Amino acid sequence: MHAAHAIASGMGGMRTAGDLVGRTQMTLGMRLKDGKRYVAEKLGVSELDLVDPIVMREVRRELGLGLIPVEQGSFPDEPGAIEAKFNISRLLDIPINSVERFKARAGLD
Amino acid sequence: MEQRITTRLGDGSRVEMTPGEIRSDIEAGIAAGAKRAKVEPLTQNEVDHLVEIFTAPGRFASVEPGEEVVLSSDGTCGLPRPATAEQLLIYQDAFGSDTLEMASLDYSYKAVKTIASEVAQAMKMAQLELVAPAQYGAMPDLGRYSRPDGPFPNWSELLPLGRIDEARAAQEEAIEASIDDICYVADELWAAGTDGMDFDTAAAAGDGDFLATLRATETLRARCPHLGIQLGMASEMVLGMHGELEYKGRRLAGMWPLDQLRVVQEAGATVFGPAVNVNTTKSVAWNVARTITIIKPCVAEAQIPVHPNVGMGVCGVPMSGFPPHDALGRVSRALVQVLGADGL
Repeated sequence: MHAAHAIASGMGGMRTAGDLVGRTQMTLGMRLKDGKRYVAEKLGVSELDLVDPIVMREVRRELGLGLIPVEQGSFPDEPGAIEAKFNISRLLDIPINSVERFKARAGLD
Repeated sequence: MEQRITTRLGDGSRVEMTPGEIRSDIEAGIAAGAKRAKVEPLTQNEVDHLVEIFTAPGRFASVEPGEEVVLSSDGTCGLPRPATAEQLLIYQDAFGSDTLEMASLDYSYKAVKTIASEVAQAMKMAQLELVAPAQYGAMPDLGRYSRPDGPFPNWSELLPLGRIDEARAAQEEAIEASIDDICYVADELWAAGTDGMDFDTAAAAGDGDFLATLRATETLRARCPHLGIQLGMASEMVLGMHGELEYKGRRLAGMWPLDQLRVVQEAGATVFGPAVNVNTTKSVAWNVARTITIIKPCVAEAQIPVHPNVGMGVCGVPMSGFPPHDALGRVSRALVQVLGADGL
């Protein structure tokens, strides 16, 4: 059921910038238009680019925002998972709980 | 002879209708929703748009490029296998989920409290592997606090006996216990790094259930300013199982989505999920038209994102564990294009 909605109307998650706009809703409570505008401005791309997997794969790679590893391309020497979330938090200026906990527990504050 | 289109009823079964019959169903669904929720009917342009969506050829329907919305979920990733973090990775990497939700098979905060440290550990490990925002979800589930499942007298048994005061007192005690349990679990998950909490099917047990959820939301908002809080409803109207409960001066019993949104916003949630019941004997077009009519005032006024619930049997999605894709695509498209939802 989720897959059908994802294809019909979803932003695409990490394939695009869906997870980033998702953070503007979940953490900041922004409505969709505001969230898309906010992320597009922070990334320096258009709002249509946010849902374009070709554009966003390059943008995510350049900015270290995390990539989905696939057979045709994995990037073990680039930011992934928690590392990428450090970059997302800093670039989007959105507090991420797991990043803050990581910093505190690793003595990085 | 007028063309016949294959579409669906609310139980998911196939049915053939003419475009004229579909238009009539849409107009009837709008009229039913407007009368029931005491809201304005949809405009003629919106009716025409819905007719276009439900008469369009093709197995699947979708929004146009640039109209995509954020998807959230409820009750996912709680299967026995693979491990929870791996299920979340499948949603993130394979399904392209915008946001993720961890859940347990027993989808109730009262039950989860007994394994809170385990789910918190699973969340901590998952957060190290995930990029997409991941929340934890369960039901406030006030009914589980009544006998024989819980410690308090069963108000559903007391009410038919006319023992109204006892039924109300039992619910008031259950509300306090529910708030304690929700906040206990949320504190554990917050310490483990969760991005948010989902209070799903709020008000399933009526106005007491809703009040417990609102007060837990308010408490957590004060404690954790950056915690995402998604509050999704169980049905279109809040049942008055108590009848006299209020949140900040507003009576909860009988609330429809617009008033629900107002108290949810005031409590401090970041995402609101209205739910509209599906009539399984009516067409999907009728159900979607009714849904949009009921929720539209809420979307117009919202200051936080509105994600109508589109699981089985709500907001137009057929009542089936395997709802057909031809219906799902049309529900998705209609709720985004005609309603203007921020997400689903």
